[in-house]
Amino acid sequence: MKSMLVGLLILFSQTPGVLKTGNPPGNLQAVDTPNDRGESITLKWVLPEDISGIKGYQIFREAEEESLHLAGYAPAGKTEYIDELGVKNNVGYRYQIRSISPEGLVSPFSEPSPMVKAYPQWFKKNLTNSLVMIIIYLGLILYFVQAAKRGKKIFLRRVPGLDALDEAVGRATEMGKPVLYVPGIWPMSEVATIAAMNILKPVAKKVAQYDSRIIVPNIYPIVMNVAQQTVKEAFTEVGKQDSYKEDDIFYLAYEQFAFAAGVNGLMVREKPATNLFLGAFFAESLLLAETGNMTGAIQIAGTDRVPQLPFFVAACDYCIMGEELYAASAYLSADPRLVSSIKAQDWGKMAIVISLALGSALTIFGLWFIISWFTTG
Amino acid sequence: MRRTLPLVIAFGIGFAMLIQYFIPHPISENFYNVIVQQWFIIIFAFQFVLALRSFFMHHIRKISQKKEGYWFSAVAIASALFMAIAGFATKRGPFFDSLYKYMYAPLQATMFSLLAFFIASAAFRAFRARNLQATLLLVTATIVMIGRVPIGDYLWKGMPDLVEWIMTVPNMAAMRGIRIGVGLGAIATAMKIMLGIERSYMGGE
Repeated sequence: MKSMLVGLLILFSQTPGVLKTGNPPGNLQAVDTPNDRGESITLKWVLPEDISGIKGYQIFREAEEESLHLAGYAPAGKTEYIDELGVKNNVGYRYQIRSISPEGLVSPFSEPSPMVKAYPQWFKKNLTNSLVMIIIYLGLILYFVQAAKRGKKIFLRRVPGLDALDEAVGRATEMGKPVLYVPGIWPMSEVATIAAMNILKPVAKKVAQYDSRIIVPNIYPIVMNVAQQTVKEAFTEVGKQDSYKEDDIFYLAYEQFAFAAGVNGLMVREKPATNLFLGAFFAESLLLAETGNMTGAIQIAGTDRVPQLPFFVAACDYCIMGEELYAASAYLSADPRLVSSIKAQDWGKMAIVISLALGSALTIFGLWFIISWFTTG
Repeated sequence: MRRTLPLVIAFGIGFAMLIQYFIPHPISENFYNVIVQQWFIIIFAFQFVLALRSFFMHHIRKISQKKEGYWFSAVAIASALFMAIAGFATKRGPFFDSLYKYMYAPLQATMFSLLAFFIASAAFRAFRARNLQATLLLVTATIVMIGRVPIGDYLWKGMPDLVEWIMTVPNMAAMRGIRIGVGLGAIATAMKIMLGIERSYMGGE
């Protein structure tokens, strides 16, 4: 690929003749590409007045130890080029540009750009707004955690799906059937899976208290290990460590549909009274939920994958939507420090709603500056 | 110490990953691409050994106890071993590829194609006009379904535009609302773990 590119460049560089119509692009500027790892220079130019008959622009580069040579090509109409081919950090480069016609005729060279050097940066300035917002959000979380420590009461609305967990586990106990808990099909590094593990603990505790059984099939080995530890800890905390069965929290399959087939088989054979699908789900969501529905189990599903929510709403008894999945741990534990972070989320949402309303109003009146506060380009 | 060390590791790695996101310098890139990724691969490889142990023990136990459907477990073990032996023996040659192409891929496709039937049965339940919300859902879904096929355009020229409006305005607004909540919730959860406020994942309250 690289050799093809070089060949193409040589072909263009050797084209004879002079382009009669069309001048070289003007005002050639070369700057170190911002917010990058270095080894890159960004060129910008102004198009010539007469652009008829121009196929593109040849970019030439010379350095302290490099003679002027063809370094790149930009098609007609472009006014920017990022040179990353063989650019070294801390080396001074100067550029010139010229137009080329489809027949290979070329214009004279533009004025050379000022000497420029590439450097690696230590901070992505285009993400300053994200950093500021994260710091403000972190401040809000810490403020509400401190407020909770001081005893401030925080109101939490009811989440029917989470309220139903108790009933669902109780039903399984009464029927003498197990509870099936599927923690999604994403690895442990995903927040949805972490949230699923956070909910697994109180669920496993209830299962242990009721002397029932919990089955947790897994698609990722690391998730399986965390699930085993979480359930074991839950059983130990209520003094039922002897009831804990490691074999019930097992590795099923690594592929998405093999996993779905395995869980479906499990539901049909074991007929769990309660199915809990909590975590990140994709195309298998409806396969699991519909099979569970057919077996007559009470089903509670929760995911942060928005496209899967309609399937869970249609096929499950209760659905925990989006952020409710993350809030579940706080809701179930009722720990004031965890509950307080939900208050911070509400403030964050309020800030976004205000920004949206303000931004919409200002842009209607032609004041676009507010958009730049929220872009990372 | 049993609690403190994991908390320190969670804070250290979490904070490093957060900082790394804002630093484009090669040192930062190497930290993520070389150190973090390689650690992940090494940990994953070791965990996979545990996963295989779990897989075989689970199915062997089922077979030995002659549990309901135990022969499915025998098929699972035989298939896993056969694929592994075929892969090693042929060095992932044409025979192994054939196994994948003519056995594994069709099985996956079969599972995926079941979705069509499941969507029909789920839609039948969801679209019953039991209350105002369900009726709204039924009406909207009917308009969208008709507008997405040529007959919609044939019945009324404005149908495709109406469907486009439903999808890009009210539908998109609802989806974005949920996504904003998800984004804030994910950041809050990550911060709670980093700061040691959320500890359920490692066994503590």
